[in-house]
Amino acid sequence: MNRNLSIAISAVIVIALGLAVFFLQKPLVNNLDLGLDLRGGLRVVLQAQEKPGEPITDDTIQKAVGIIRDRVDSLGVRETSLYPQGKDRVVIEIAGEDDPEAAVDILKNVAQLEFQDEQGNVLVSGKNLTDAQARVNPNTQEAYVELKFDKEGADLFAQATTANVGKPLVIVLDGKPISAPIVNQAITDGNAIIEGNFDAKEAQDLAVLLRSGALPVSFNVLEKRSIGPSLGADSLEKSLKAGMIGILAVFLFMLGYYRLPGLIADISIVLYGLLVLGSMVLLNAVLTLPGIAAFVLSIGMAVDANIIIYERIKEEIRWGKTLQAAIDAGFKRAFWTIFDSNLTTLMVTVVLMYFGTGSVKGFAVTLSIGLIINMFTALTFTRYLLGLASNLTKNTKLYGV
Amino acid sequence: MIIERRKIFYIISLILIIPGIASLFLNGLNLGIDFRGGSIVHVKMAADVSAPEVREALVPVGLEQSEVQKNIDNTYFIRTSELDQEQTKALINALETRFGEVELMSAESVGATIGRELGLNALMALGIGLVLMLVYISFRFEWTFGVAAVLALMHNVLVVVGVFSIFQWEINSPFIASILTVVGFTLNDTIVVFDRVRENMRSTKKPDYLTLLNKSILQVLNRSINTVLTAVMTLVALLILGGATLKFFVAAMLIGFVVGAYSSICIASPLWYEIKKAA
Repeated sequence: MNRNLSIAISAVIVIALGLAVFFLQKPLVNNLDLGLDLRGGLRVVLQAQEKPGEPITDDTIQKAVGIIRDRVDSLGVRETSLYPQGKDRVVIEIAGEDDPEAAVDILKNVAQLEFQDEQGNVLVSGKNLTDAQARVNPNTQEAYVELKFDKEGADLFAQATTANVGKPLVIVLDGKPISAPIVNQAITDGNAIIEGNFDAKEAQDLAVLLRSGALPVSFNVLEKRSIGPSLGADSLEKSLKAGMIGILAVFLFMLGYYRLPGLIADISIVLYGLLVLGSMVLLNAVLTLPGIAAFVLSIGMAVDANIIIYERIKEEIRWGKTLQAAIDAGFKRAFWTIFDSNLTTLMVTVVLMYFGTGSVKGFAVTLSIGLIINMFTALTFTRYLLGLASNLTKNTKLYGV
Repeated sequence: MIIERRKIFYIISLILIIPGIASLFLNGLNLGIDFRGGSIVHVKMAADVSAPEVREALVPVGLEQSEVQKNIDNTYFIRTSELDQEQTKALINALETRFGEVELMSAESVGATIGRELGLNALMALGIGLVLMLVYISFRFEWTFGVAAVLALMHNVLVVVGVFSIFQWEINSPFIASILTVVGFTLNDTIVVFDRVRENMRSTKKPDYLTLLNKSILQVLNRSINTVLTAVMTLVALLILGGATLKFFVAAMLIGFVVGAYSSICIASPLWYEIKKAA
């Protein structure tokens, strides 16, 4: 290749990369999916409580997830992810909610509604409801919930009220009586109301619970982690700043120690960074706080491939090879070393991806993506750039020899 | 040069490892809520108060036994037995009554069952990671290299775990990620050295292992130092500027990487020499 062509290609590469960084950096970063530890939010693992004689099946958990999803939708909680884990667990992740803990309280409520007589016999239950709406009595400003029963429920309710005229009918939610109105007359149209001392919000929540139906099992909280929005923002800011400074130090070191190849390493790393961010966006990978650490660390590690190659090239030059021959030999001999060294780390990150949860998984995913892309850029792009550079100048001093 | 002085390096390594092992037996590890269960509440308060004062304020809610840690930025970690939502609220209310405005930065609760599970998972991950390394290295190298590399690996892990035991730094799930990363990264270092030894062995008919090792180490020394240097630069930046959440996660890797660079040269290679001499 002639010298002018090499200069032209080098210029094009540098300009293209510069433009790519300038135009892509913002959209890439903005499209990254941030983990709960960086944006604030709540993660809860719920465990279904088995009752004697009622084993928990996949079906039970699927039903529960469906009901909780209904509740999420009607509560208008933003950005929730909800999925079963194992055979008897449900994971709820809520991001960007002001009071995520209260939201979880409502979501995990069983909401088993029962109308009982004085003796505690269940006469009608919540499974016969077709609708529940929160209302406010315009005269008293008291909130209440209006219920509509299906055909079967209406019949049962008619029987219940007929049999208990003049007596209280106890309304029980999850085993707790919430009110016990006296029945004045038989109600046969399938409509009922629940009054308790609720405020508008409580009535709203109760209506949501009753509409979505009762959960087939009760759940208790196994694990709960909530991160306030200010801590998330703080972590993001601090780790990004730390990362920038760390990366800058590596850049300067490479430039100072390896001169021309150092500059090439720095250029390769810019491409590397863009590719890693781009892959994370494309794969919908979640960036967590340890994930940022992984990204920064992976840049420290990515230069390792360059260092192995350059040290080898330096040696080959010292042994009297020409620059071009030294570069070829350097890559040939360094290939397996780079392959081995990336592969060992990749093996442990894959293990971590499998066993880790949440932020640890984020670390493993980011580091794995980094290692794979690193192998690719070091062995192709860096090599190409070094070849170009060797056309530009044969001065081995620029290689730090 | 290096190999001749191996006794000195053995002694240095013993000095690094023995206090840690002793501490492991005497004090054990400071397991965090991930592995032990319990709650940790992270709050920011407008008032600048001492940890004992915070504990005192928790008397009305019966949480005065909590461990309170004050951070430099006037935030506090309060470690308690497992709290539910009401108890967390009560804790915050108690602090507000006494000290005024309190911001809840984060609250984490882990049940004891899931703690055991997380611990078991962590050990599994560690075990599988180590076995994979062993399989890989015995596949790529002859067994003598494998044994030396794995011994060096255990050396690195022991130093990190020992330091965490001596200083009683808290260990949570991310620590396992740190340890595994140390395992992967420091094995690289050893592989790079052994790779060179193997290459030089091919070009010599009747190798004198001592000269061979010294020569190989010298050839890769620059790489070993520079690689750990760049990784350390990024880790130090994260350690100093990255905030309290990342501190121990990064510290574990930092210690491991530095020790790993040292052991790949000063421990793994001499150990291989001993094995080769004995075989």
